[in-house]
Amino acid sequence: MNTRQLLISLWTMVVKEVRRFVRIWPQTLVPPSITMTMYFIIFGNLIGSRVGEMHGISYMSYIVPGLIMMSVITNSYSNVASSFFSNKFQRSVEEMMVSPMPNWVILGGFVIGGAARGLGVGLIVTLVSLFFTHLDLHHPFLTLMVVVMTALLFSIGGFINALLAKKFDDISIIPIFVLTPLTYLGGVFYSIDLLPEFWQKVTMVNPILYMVNAFRYGILGISDIPVSGALIAIAAFIVVFWCLALWMLNRGKGIRS
Amino acid sequence: MAEPALSIRGLTKVYGNGFEALKGIDLDVEQGDFFALLGPNGAGKSTTLGIVCSLVQKSAGQVKIFGIDIDHDFAKAKYNLGVVPQEFNFSQFEKVEDIILTQAGYYGMPMKEAKPRCERLLKDLGLWDKRNGAARMLSGGMKRRLMIARALIHRPRLLILDEPTAGVDIELRRSMWEYMRRINEEEGTSIILTTHYLEEAESLCRNIAIINRGEIIKNTSMRGLLTELDTETFLLDLAEPLEAAPQVEGFEVERVDSHQLALSVRKGTDLNDAFQQLTRQGVRVLSMRNRANRLEELFVSMTSPPDAGSGIDSATSTPAKETAS
Repeated sequence: MNTRQLLISLWTMVVKEVRRFVRIWPQTLVPPSITMTMYFIIFGNLIGSRVGEMHGISYMSYIVPGLIMMSVITNSYSNVASSFFSNKFQRSVEEMMVSPMPNWVILGGFVIGGAARGLGVGLIVTLVSLFFTHLDLHHPFLTLMVVVMTALLFSIGGFINALLAKKFDDISIIPIFVLTPLTYLGGVFYSIDLLPEFWQKVTMVNPILYMVNAFRYGILGISDIPVSGALIAIAAFIVVFWCLALWMLNRGKGIRS
Repeated sequence: MAEPALSIRGLTKVYGNGFEALKGIDLDVEQGDFFALLGPNGAGKSTTLGIVCSLVQKSAGQVKIFGIDIDHDFAKAKYNLGVVPQEFNFSQFEKVEDIILTQAGYYGMPMKEAKPRCERLLKDLGLWDKRNGAARMLSGGMKRRLMIARALIHRPRLLILDEPTAGVDIELRRSMWEYMRRINEEEGTSIILTTHYLEEAESLCRNIAIINRGEIIKNTSMRGLLTELDTETFLLDLAEPLEAAPQVEGFEVERVDSHQLALSVRKGTDLNDAFQQLTRQGVRVLSMRNRANRLEELFVSMTSPPDAGSGIDSATSTPAKETAS
């Protein structure tokens, strides 16, 4: 395929993925927005008013970046996991496999589509948060870079999960038993300074901690960890996961007998 | 000489559980051919076509599509290939038109080129009115036609039809045959057809290969194959009931029921002779038809296990109730 054809096929993949989550917006865009609104009301407003400040910032403002990031992570991941597995289940993945599209275009299309949903939901949650607090964007470029990279990383993760999945249950195991605990323990609702020293060290191995804090630094200008290290870690994870997903796709793992 | 549309050499497939689905088959399909690949369930047809379409990984062997080795440039080879699979393999929730235009996009076809092509295909296949509906709302026959339109959107030179008329009613099946004939004859598209309707293969295809237990057991022209048929069986509908099958010298006669006889006729035998003998015995024949499709008779005799007997009986849809000769 020449460059123009590659771009057309990538664009087609992305449009197809975006069309899918927009078509079922009551399942994909509305629920996370409602859930996050509940977090803002209950944790931010009701409980947060008794918690007071964290690092000199109101509790409501403190948790907003973490909640936005939580939405981006779960939605990027679940979009690709569910979309690609549905394609496997309905066998429409064969439409892509018989075409001359290279595997990196297939992977890229799903990943960009997943990131689009993650970022879309993230934007909705951000807009909702403005009803509850005021956000000063301290480092706009850094904020954008972190959220986009995180969305891409978890989209790739969702793709790998869907490749390996054999039944629908398999695409909900990781979000429920891995992503949700890591996100809750990744400093969304608290600063790790509040933890005993031992648990602070344990928390440092949680990759989501770095993403949440880098994003919080971009918006609020405060972080529990060095931001440059977080950026390098996210970029490294993206490269490793991308290569792994592409290698699996090239070998036909989970899709070719 | 033009490269074959499809050339297969020594193609082998051994699945993870050790099952050898293909045992080093060789096959050529010439450009412009309408080719039947037949075989019983599990014979290796779908595995062969799956390898050609990149849905199955081969264990060994070489596959060339219009001279392009799939191991060297599969993407280029795939441009020449359109596939209509046995199972529905599109998103049931997408709109009909979107499914076809998305497929065009996968081939890098610009929208301004894909749109009019899509419109023409949908109109040709009687789906234009359904273009804005979700694919799941289509009937089974319409879904099959949708897959044909999708396979043709990028103008493939080789079309693979894996049981394209399965579950389709007779009228629609015949209109689909007409369409396939047209794209083969007018547009020069080479077609490989697998089907369990042997009448379909006999009617449409010029050349045929029969695959059984992972091996090609016959690869010849349809005409050549049919001349190998030694015996044909006709069903005769009788005006009056018969208690027993009449004796007809030189023929094998079987009483199917009181109003029907099965008459087996060897190649080169004069059928008039049988009718004269029946007339002399006062047997009046009202109508006559083939008991089984000619190709079906051959197919069953070639693919039946040795101990299952060859024969017409296993091919027929009307079980014999009583035999007399």
